[in-house]
Amino acid sequence: HTHIYTVEQVKLLDRFSNKSVTGTLHLTATHLIFVESNSTSAQEIWILHHHIASVEKLSLTTSGCPLLIQCRNFRLVHFVIPRERDCHDIYSSLLRLLRPVSYDELYAFSYNPKQNDQEREEGWQLIDLAAEFERMGVPCDQWQLTDVNREYKVCKTYPRDLYVPITASKPIIVGSSKFRSKGRFPVLTYFYQEKKAAVCRCSQPLSGFSARCLEDEHMLQAISKANHNSRYIYVMDTRPKLNALANRAAGKGYENEDNYSNIRFQFVGIENIHVMRGSLQKLLEVVGTRSLSMTDYLVGLENSGWLRHIKAIMDAAIFLAKAVTVEGASVLVHCSDGWDRTAQVCALGSLLMDPYYRTIKGFMVLIEKDWISFGHKFADRCDQLDPDPKEVSPIFTQFLECVWQLTEQFPQAFEFSEWFLIQIHEHVHSCQFGNFLGNSQRQREDLQLKERTYSLWAHLLSEKQNYLNPLFSPSVAESHPVLEPSTQAYHFKFWRNMYNQYDRSMHPRQSILKHVLTLQESKRELEGTVQALKTKLQKFGVSTSPLKPQTPPRERSLPPRPQSLILGAPLLSRKEVQQEEDKEVFGEEAREDAPASTGGERTVEGSSATENGYGELMGSFGSKNEPGVVTLEFGVARMTC
Amino acid sequence: MELSEHIKTANVEDVTLRRPFHPALRGTLCVTSHHLLFSDRKDEASWQLLILLKNIDAIEKSVENLFGYPRAVGSSGTITIKCKDLLVLQLEIPGMEECLNIASSIEALSSLESVTEMYPFFYRPSHLTLNGPWGLSSTEQYYKQTERLWDRWRVSTVNSDYSVCPSYPSAVIVPREVDDDKLIHSARFRQGGRFPVLSYCHHRNGMVIMRSSQPLTGANKKRCKEDELLLQAVIDGSELGYIIDLRSAQQAQQARMTGGGFESKSFYSHWKRIHRHHERGKVVQESLIKLVEACSDPSHSVDRWLSKLENSKWLSHVHSALSTAGLVVECVERDGHSVLVHGSEGTDNTLLVSSLAQLILDPASRTVTGFLCLLEREWIQAGHPFQQRCAHSAYSHARLKQECPIFLLLLDCVWQVWRQFPLALEFSEALLLRLAQEVYASNYGTFLCNSEQERCAAGVKENTHCLFQSLLRPDIEEQYLNPLYEPTDLAIWPSVHPQSLQLWTGLFLRWTEYAQNMEEAREEVWSIVKEHHEQAGPDRTNNTLSTHCDTLTSFENLMDELTIL
Repeated sequence: HTHIYTVEQVKLLDRFSNKSVTGTLHLTATHLIFVESNSTSAQEIWILHHHIASVEKLSLTTSGCPLLIQCRNFRLVHFVIPRERDCHDIYSSLLRLLRPVSYDELYAFSYNPKQNDQEREEGWQLIDLAAEFERMGVPCDQWQLTDVNREYKVCKTYPRDLYVPITASKPIIVGSSKFRSKGRFPVLTYFYQEKKAAVCRCSQPLSGFSARCLEDEHMLQAISKANHNSRYIYVMDTRPKLNALANRAAGKGYENEDNYSNIRFQFVGIENIHVMRGSLQKLLEVVGTRSLSMTDYLVGLENSGWLRHIKAIMDAAIFLAKAVTVEGASVLVHCSDGWDRTAQVCALGSLLMDPYYRTIKGFMVLIEKDWISFGHKFADRCDQLDPDPKEVSPIFTQFLECVWQLTEQFPQAFEFSEWFLIQIHEHVHSCQFGNFLGNSQRQREDLQLKERTYSLWAHLLSEKQNYLNPLFSPSVAESHPVLEPSTQAYHFKFWRNMYNQYDRSMHPRQSILKHVLTLQESKRELEGTVQALKTKLQKFGVSTSPLKPQTPPRERSLPPRPQSLILGAPLLSRKEVQQEEDKEVFGEEAREDAPASTGGERTVEGSSATENGYGELMGSFGSKNEPGVVTLEFGVARMTC
Repeated sequence: MELSEHIKTANVEDVTLRRPFHPALRGTLCVTSHHLLFSDRKDEASWQLLILLKNIDAIEKSVENLFGYPRAVGSSGTITIKCKDLLVLQLEIPGMEECLNIASSIEALSSLESVTEMYPFFYRPSHLTLNGPWGLSSTEQYYKQTERLWDRWRVSTVNSDYSVCPSYPSAVIVPREVDDDKLIHSARFRQGGRFPVLSYCHHRNGMVIMRSSQPLTGANKKRCKEDELLLQAVIDGSELGYIIDLRSAQQAQQARMTGGGFESKSFYSHWKRIHRHHERGKVVQESLIKLVEACSDPSHSVDRWLSKLENSKWLSHVHSALSTAGLVVECVERDGHSVLVHGSEGTDNTLLVSSLAQLILDPASRTVTGFLCLLEREWIQAGHPFQQRCAHSAYSHARLKQECPIFLLLLDCVWQVWRQFPLALEFSEALLLRLAQEVYASNYGTFLCNSEQERCAAGVKENTHCLFQSLLRPDIEEQYLNPLYEPTDLAIWPSVHPQSLQLWTGLFLRWTEYAQNMEEAREEVWSIVKEHHEQAGPDRTNNTLSTHCDTLTSFENLMDELTIL
């Protein structure tokens, strides 16, 4: 961890108010760090280089040279550096650091959380997909494990272990794979034991205008035959019909119902990665606007189309879940290549059907299965290694958001809270752990990730306390195993804690979630102390007679201020960073954990007038002859003289 | 005309009732002078629905078989009843004539104009007596309780016969050094006689929030020495006060053409004026109508929903109310200056902003009692014309007159504050919902009439029960408490970014499937939290445990000493 650069007297501007703080900017090999100089409320900002999406040098102002940094975790920081030269140096070093050329340069390969090899291996063994299929009841009399892709010969982007119908012989599989885009033939991803119905996934058929493939037809027939509950299977093409039609001209397309017996074909109309990328960009522009009016906000939200896309994904997943659980029919899901929309719909659909995926461990398994192993191109979509900007798209973010929308509708159905989702999102982009590196299992094996990097899941499980949803009720899961969300428009809400997660002035100042978690925590601690003391007393031979509870006046104090920027968010993201960062460089420990000083302005949980900008009352009021025009955040007010 | 003369058909059998998300029911429908009663007599434990006729905002009838024989078998009619609490019901009534009779009775009885004919004057529950105390506080009581006022402020009874200002209560708080004579002059210079009076005195620095109506400067820039002196006495030696004018600068200018105006800098040199535009009257009423319409159609696409939500502008009103209240608080708390708030009449947005500012500033107004007292002082006694403003709600087809849901807007803003500070308010959403219902149709007299004067004339205090008193009865109050309440002395500054404000689903989607889900969830959430409080709440267990710890530690020390000995 070499320390490259330090600049003093750097100003950090708040993007929504006129507030700024001064501090020191440090550039290290892995992080950009801002340390506020004010010692009473010193905040620190650690930005991992991999999180930085873009750096922009704005034109010089009187106070210095502005540097605008946008991050993939939706943080946006605006520095003003006094000297132009310093700014340029930081800017050019960042540009160099931002563009790793090879995987070896990614943070995951240098990150070391002080674990030994055995601990690391155990971390990687936490999630076992073979065990997961066993949990679903596969292999069984109708479904078996095939070794056809053991050497990645049939499909490079699929995992080695695949589950297919018993009746699908190797020639059928191979034939079918040749008729499917990128060789991604139909395989099992979820098995609904109760009705023996299967959820299968694949890519689009290379049907063009008239081509057909008997093996592929047999393959679908085999999937259909494997389920005695239903005479037909659904084939869901998750693309808008127009896109699918256009693909026919390129020799691809969709299944012709005349060629396949007993299929019910259905388009569900989720837009492609380019539309989604554009939509998110529009959304971020809107919610990053200063002095945003309510009208502009709602119009912008509508125009971005973001919530419409979220609803489309949700609708598709609900269709899938209904077909399986109500009709007992098997469903085959595909889009174009079968790694974006297909992953979204299969994963979300399974989550609706199976309460296990709504637990912390189960959610990890789900991501590992439908996203990582089936080859969602994380490296390309999350811009890990200087790729094609046209390949970047927030597909996985959308999945996380759909899950969040569900947690809002079903507050008791999930073991985890939204901080878990946000933390996963953080690490999909951080490249700090090996899980999400690369585009396919094969590539991950080539990179020897299990030997050279650590698993995120182990890390998250070690902090499980922080991600628990205190309202989770397993009995609700038992009584309502299948979630039936409503898709009426007003259910789709803007996820402020994700897209504005670093804009602290915007968040609720007190969080019920945090409060309940704190209560639980303190209860546990006190019980621990009592237990320890009791044991000691017993050692002295004193029997613990029940004491009369006295009730000293309860101190009405505010709950401790959470250390994270987001209120109610568990404290962590920086912990591991701090552990291994070279402390000598800064001579002092990170003070994120220090309680908020209540120096000048006493406020509740950091809420204050200056942050909110009800209208800046500027100028000294001593001088009565002040010129009377004051700009207000919410429109301009004229103070007449 | 007796009320009962409106009732042509009092009872109909075999009526089918349809409510959202409930199976249809058959039973007997009965119209009385003040209620619509439906009872389902199928099983022994009969189920009843009792609706105050005043709660009915609009009634739509469709009669089948209109051209057939009136008494032919199978002729029937359907009445759709749209309530002011946003509930929509359908009644299928066999017999066309009965249907029309019922509809016309409801129409006549739900729009009674005379206050003394309204239900609160007939509501006599066995557990309440009319001789009990009415209301929670008065100006005099507030003054007596607020020691920091005694030095510089006094209670004036210049308005004891309501002749100075018909919409003010009989007693108001004004600067000690301003005599009643000056008040009378100032009142003549203010619209509706609403001269500047004290609304709140901040407990931390003694700065005050005043409210009034606009000054009547008119086109000739009239001035009023007494009014100037009154305001000068408010800031008393300090350098500056703020006037928050709830109109845009342009609107304030225009108001001069119709005799109104604003405090000009040259005559009120120590006051700085800030203009904030707030919509009022019809515009806000239409917002409510549009919003409710948008909420009642579940078939909207996401885009259409967002566009309708935007188009209603309701959230924009919430946004401006909270930001202006924030601005007032900023002046008082952060800059340490007194504030005068007014718009035009000073009976609507003025009260909205001043009461929200108090909620943000004053911990006392965040308890159940404190909040109800605040409403009583700042809305009921301060003369918000409830009867005019709440005559109709979102469904009415009647031509709009003075209707405006400013009070509903206040409740929405309070709800937004509660969402951002779920631990800071002692009351829960349920209280806000109850108030939203009571303000339009109530068994109690609290929200009747437009001012203290009218209430006196109608004998409201003598002949009706007080809602606030009944809400504070321990068994009732319990259901409105926030289990998470942890009082704080500090100001609770709400965030006013549009991203931080949300549609109040608890109210506007109250009767939809959504609310159904959320209600169940919320109940379970609260029960868990409550249970948790009982188990691990700091009130009991923590204390017990820490006492245990303390005692154990001293035991331990003792044992240590013993072993040494």
